Amino acid sequence: MTSKMTQELFDTVPDCDGRFGVYGGKFVAETLMSALAELEALYRKLSADAAFQRELDEDLAHYVGRPSPLYEAKRWSNKVGGARIFLKREDLNHTGAHKVNNTVGQALLAKYMGKRRVIAETGAGQHGVATATIAARLGLECHVFMGEEDVRRQALNVYRMKLLGATVVPVTSGSRTLKDAMNEAMRDWVTNVDDTFYIIGTVAGPHPYPMLVRDFQSVIGRETRVQSLAQVGKLPDALVACVGGGSNAIGLFHPFLADDEVAMYGVEAGGHGVSTNQHAAPLTAGTPGILHGNRTYLMQDADGQIMHTHSVSAGLDYPGVGPEHSWLKDIGRVNYVVANDDEALAAFHSLTRIEGIMPALETAHALAYAEKLAATMTPEQMIVVNLSGRGDKDIHTVAQIDGLEM
Amino acid sequence: MSRIAGRFQALAEQGRKALIPYIVAGDPTREVTVQLMHRLVEAGADIIEVGVPFSDPMSEGPVIQLGHERALADGTSLRNVIDMVSQFRQQDNATPVLLMGYANPVEHMGYATFCDAAAAAGIDALLTVDIPPEEVEAVNAELVRVDMDNIFLIAPTTPDDRIEVIARQARGFIYYVSLKGVTGAGHLDVDDVTFHLDKIRSHSSLPVAVGFGIKDAASAMTVARVADGVVVGSALVNAMAQTIEEGGDTEAAITAATSLLSSIREGIDSLAS
Repeated sequence: MTSKMTQELFDTVPDCDGRFGVYGGKFVAETLMSALAELEALYRKLSADAAFQRELDEDLAHYVGRPSPLYEAKRWSNKVGGARIFLKREDLNHTGAHKVNNTVGQALLAKYMGKRRVIAETGAGQHGVATATIAARLGLECHVFMGEEDVRRQALNVYRMKLLGATVVPVTSGSRTLKDAMNEAMRDWVTNVDDTFYIIGTVAGPHPYPMLVRDFQSVIGRETRVQSLAQVGKLPDALVACVGGGSNAIGLFHPFLADDEVAMYGVEAGGHGVSTNQHAAPLTAGTPGILHGNRTYLMQDADGQIMHTHSVSAGLDYPGVGPEHSWLKDIGRVNYVVANDDEALAAFHSLTRIEGIMPALETAHALAYAEKLAATMTPEQMIVVNLSGRGDKDIHTVAQIDGLEM
Repeated sequence: MSRIAGRFQALAEQGRKALIPYIVAGDPTREVTVQLMHRLVEAGADIIEVGVPFSDPMSEGPVIQLGHERALADGTSLRNVIDMVSQFRQQDNATPVLLMGYANPVEHMGYATFCDAAAAAGIDALLTVDIPPEEVEAVNAELVRVDMDNIFLIAPTTPDDRIEVIARQARGFIYYVSLKGVTGAGHLDVDDVTFHLDKIRSHSSLPVAVGFGIKDAASAMTVARVADGVVVGSALVNAMAQTIEEGGDTEAAITAATSLLSSIREGIDSLAS
């Protein structure tokens, strides 16, 4: 960073048009514009409303199980060498990932708006499960759109959603992964906009979604800040989180953005390597463009068509990224790096065997980079890795890679 | 006067309504499109709406999505689409052509580069589904510079104050989306269309064309009674795709599209005052 970045700077985004610098915005069909305006107006009103905040806090405490622990992975740190590594245990939340922080918030908005039906897109299935869960609790009809390819590799989560009473709609268009699920969810929303609330699972999509998902996920960073000061007596030297759309990363980073001394690393999915085109790393290897309602870094070809992506983790298998990350990259506040499939798999096994914590494959990308980073630091320094989700859903994928039939 | 304005004025003088077929450029293959455009004109098209294929066509129903996929599989790029119109113009300098697509291919080419190439090719207007008035400034400035029209969508959910904002910026004609949904959906409500057209006309003197959900002469006639033009898309794309699926060649596919369009032309002309 060249100059001091103040809290004031970070408080200015998004602006009233939903822009983070040149990124973000509202690039959607006219039919949805008034629904977005209505959502933004309600959100601005409720985020200043004490009763709403109290209800949200109570849900987070008693339904989700917050605060989540900040756990020092001592054995793993010793093995890796260098800095002390702490894990922010979002895997211990109800439903097993950070996604529920946001679904609880958006479902409350849906309730206040009187919507009877919610829809969601999902990649790994964690956001779908979190949405189906909250829909069951509130008695809302729930449809989850999921790429056919992801339905196959995340069979456990598909069944979980069905048990929770949701309808899982396999999407067969395009690359049959997360981006196509989002297209299909948008098509459903445009058709059923009167009675349906679209619970977007990441910090992408048209304004106000990147803002409100960030706000709901920022509980991760706010807790981490308090816990770091209480447990270690200082702020972390570095934060590490995986980035697909980027909701767990922005949730951890956002409350620290004005703290110059805290370095930040967003880890994208390198797939088979960023030189191969078989990856999902738009911030590392993409260019700005417009998809799913916002301007952001994308993986696209010379004609502006969105490219197919590859990652071993369904949740990172997405050609775009939240617009705030694009802005944070351009201003140099966050470093965006990659971990490849094989590095993530090695970290998955390593943390499982050494700490008895089985991370999601998405999370394993952050762990893989944290290993490299820690080795360059000293034992007086500390890293916080967002342990964004648990790995039960990925056992099938890992077994298959290990050549086992389940 | 722009080609589009001229065409609507001429039709109004004859008491007729504009017939606007939509096709996906490059569907089923790139070599078909120019010929298809000429044949649509022979079958009664007043304005041709050429869809620019995109990998993520979020506002399209399944029929047109598949059209986009076929066009992309044949390698259709935005440059190709501009070239197709340029070729079309060698024989037809009268029929207005508008491109309908999504923001990213245009943004990726660069608004200025696109507008220069499109104007040189004889393209009259651009409709980008996912660029609402809030985001239109940059592309609009370039469209104005090269004297191209900018076609905006108005939806059943668009409130009055937005209609006013859109009406101020629109040029050529206004495209009213007849229903909440994606292209090719089937729940057209003519009372609702009439109600909204009245509102639009209280803010704008531009012609208003109606699209989404018009699939045959009957539905076109219903809409043409109240609108200045009708857009037919999914039904044409589907007629061609089905013909090919059943073993027909591209000539048979073109004929399937043109006979459907002729029947719609006849239907709406029977209303001529």
